Amino acid sequence: MRNRSRLIRLTLSYGVLIVMSIMILYPLAWTIGASFNPGNSLISTSIIPKNPTLAHYKELFEGSASLPYGQWYINSVKISFFTMVGAIISVSFTGYAFSRFRFKGRKNTLTVFLLLQMIPQFSALIALFVLAQMLDMVNSHWLLILLYIGGLIPMNTYLMKGYMDSIPMELDESARIDGASFTRTFWQIIMPLSKPMLAVVAMNGFTVPLGDFVLSSVILRTTEAYTLPIGLFNLVNEVMGASYTTFAAGAILISIPIAIVFLLLQRNFVSGLTTGGTKG
Amino acid sequence: MQHRKVALLLSIIPGFGQFYHRQWLKGLLFLLITVSFFVAFKDLLNMGLWGIVTLGTELPRDNSIFLLAEGLIALIVIFLGLIVYYLNLRDAYKTGIMRDNKQTLYTLRQQYQHVLFKGYPYLISGPAFLLLLFAVVFPILFSFAIAFTNYDLYNSPPAKLVEWVGFSTFKEIFTVDIWRSTFFDVLAWTVVWTIVASTLQVALGIFLAVVVNQKEIRFKKLFRTILVLPWAVPGFVTILIFAGLFNDSFGAVNNDILAALGIDAIPWLTDPNWARFALIMMQGWLGFPYIFLVTTGVLQSIPEDLYEAATIDGASAFSKFRHITMPMILLSISPIIITQFTFNFNNFNIIYLFNAGGPAVPDSTAGGTDILVSWIYKLTMQSSQYALAAALTIMLSVVVVSIALWQFRKSSTFKEGA
Repeated sequence: MRNRSRLIRLTLSYGVLIVMSIMILYPLAWTIGASFNPGNSLISTSIIPKNPTLAHYKELFEGSASLPYGQWYINSVKISFFTMVGAIISVSFTGYAFSRFRFKGRKNTLTVFLLLQMIPQFSALIALFVLAQMLDMVNSHWLLILLYIGGLIPMNTYLMKGYMDSIPMELDESARIDGASFTRTFWQIIMPLSKPMLAVVAMNGFTVPLGDFVLSSVILRTTEAYTLPIGLFNLVNEVMGASYTTFAAGAILISIPIAIVFLLLQRNFVSGLTTGGTKG
Repeated sequence: MQHRKVALLLSIIPGFGQFYHRQWLKGLLFLLITVSFFVAFKDLLNMGLWGIVTLGTELPRDNSIFLLAEGLIALIVIFLGLIVYYLNLRDAYKTGIMRDNKQTLYTLRQQYQHVLFKGYPYLISGPAFLLLLFAVVFPILFSFAIAFTNYDLYNSPPAKLVEWVGFSTFKEIFTVDIWRSTFFDVLAWTVVWTIVASTLQVALGIFLAVVVNQKEIRFKKLFRTILVLPWAVPGFVTILIFAGLFNDSFGAVNNDILAALGIDAIPWLTDPNWARFALIMMQGWLGFPYIFLVTTGVLQSIPEDLYEAATIDGASAFSKFRHITMPMILLSISPIIITQFTFNFNNFNIIYLFNAGGPAVPDSTAGGTDILVSWIYKLTMQSSQYALAAALTIMLSVVVVSIALWQFRKSSTFKEGA
């Protein structure tokens, strides 16, 4: 009796896991298949193409004016990298300030941060566009980077503060007694112990620009300046379906490196989030 | 008269209160900041304040929107100036109290160290605050201001001036028939979408985490890696892939899967209800791995003896799940669950990249799957209804913020954190 119910439970469990695995792998496999399919059309696409070809991958790097994939790639990596660095620097400072100091306005600022992260930044689209024109920075990657960093600050300050709160205060105090300045305590004690959360912030910083379609489409107006999301979206949408196979190739080249980094960092990510999340 | 009052009165001109305390250097610093503030921002303040009140009077000289932006920047600058002014008053008053109590005043060196000590958190977070002000606060204020003007396709610079119109745009949302019906249609779908999609992804994530975490399951690592793949691949890529898979004419869902099962092709992109169904399924696919990951972390941290004790007491597998596993999970990840709801409420990407909010609906400016944020995007970028879009933004923000505040007030997270 006990054995039978166990058997049923395990069979159902494996059944669920296998069905889910197929549902997850199928779209990804389909895309990989599509990228090797000859021609542009997908009507005759199959997961394992009969005459696989690398033509779409070559096309991406031919550097044609309407499809500067290499340029988009460089733009995206550059924007993501600097957003990541900026976010790490600003958020570790604000996190430290909020976690370790009881200064005037602290409570109110924390509440304001909480509210700001609720209002989507792009609901202020018009303003950002006007701002770009006034500063004469339409198509400027640096403006975009600053906007991303600004948008990342409230949410990630919360995460960072929560994580730093879990580092015992005694460590700071003994460092202070030994004569270390605030800055030194920060660099030599707090920062090394916050590594898991720094990884989370780094990842947020790197992926936000890659996931953003709205801000970048408002500010970047020429094909040359595009990031990968806008570029690939336009590639799919210009002639619906007509360049889908090329898109598939482009999508794979961006997904594989990111997926690998994500899978490698996931342990950090989980420990960082659960500690910061529960301690708030 | 007490020293504190004299000092406070003199401080109306920044620095003079400090001079009264014979703190020459500090007073000079305050005075200098004040003078340079007015020298540097004289034009901006003058232009900005005039501009934000009138929004321009003469064409083609004035561009209302630029004037409005300058005006807001002027207001922000004034706000920052008032903070310094307040500090000046407070400093003079505080030192006054010390003199009244016949305490010895701080020496310059002590003051310097005091400022360094007290000011340290402000110093290190200052740059981040300035960036936040410029990148987040200013744009939001600007949008809010636009909502009270008549800025749209027909009233837009440089050809036309824009005017303040008060609450009339808000009124129109509820009185003009086409806007009202669109608004409530979009709002209803937004609410359904947020609740159903978020619940689906949370439930699926917790369920699968529990399934994989069973002791007897083999290949745990393999299953975990496969299950977090949707989280590891960039979201915009997967959404665009799905847009292709669900495509009515060449998509594999219709051509391969449904055809193999003998089901007729389903108009995924052209029928609003099927499009909505597809979107919810996709969000489930995209969103569950995150919950799965976090829940797995929690499950691994539940001490084994809890379960052993329950087994000795004769608890069934189900009651162990209900009384141990579930409460532990919910306790640790409830803040993360809340963020899933706010995320989906604002989940622009999936709606727009899948089908651009389509299919089009007759007599409506919003498509069949548009949620509030994607409708706002379309109103701004495609039909140039700036004032309307901004008014909707305000209403949306008020709703989100009040729900969030209510939620966070309930949860202990907020009390403990702030």
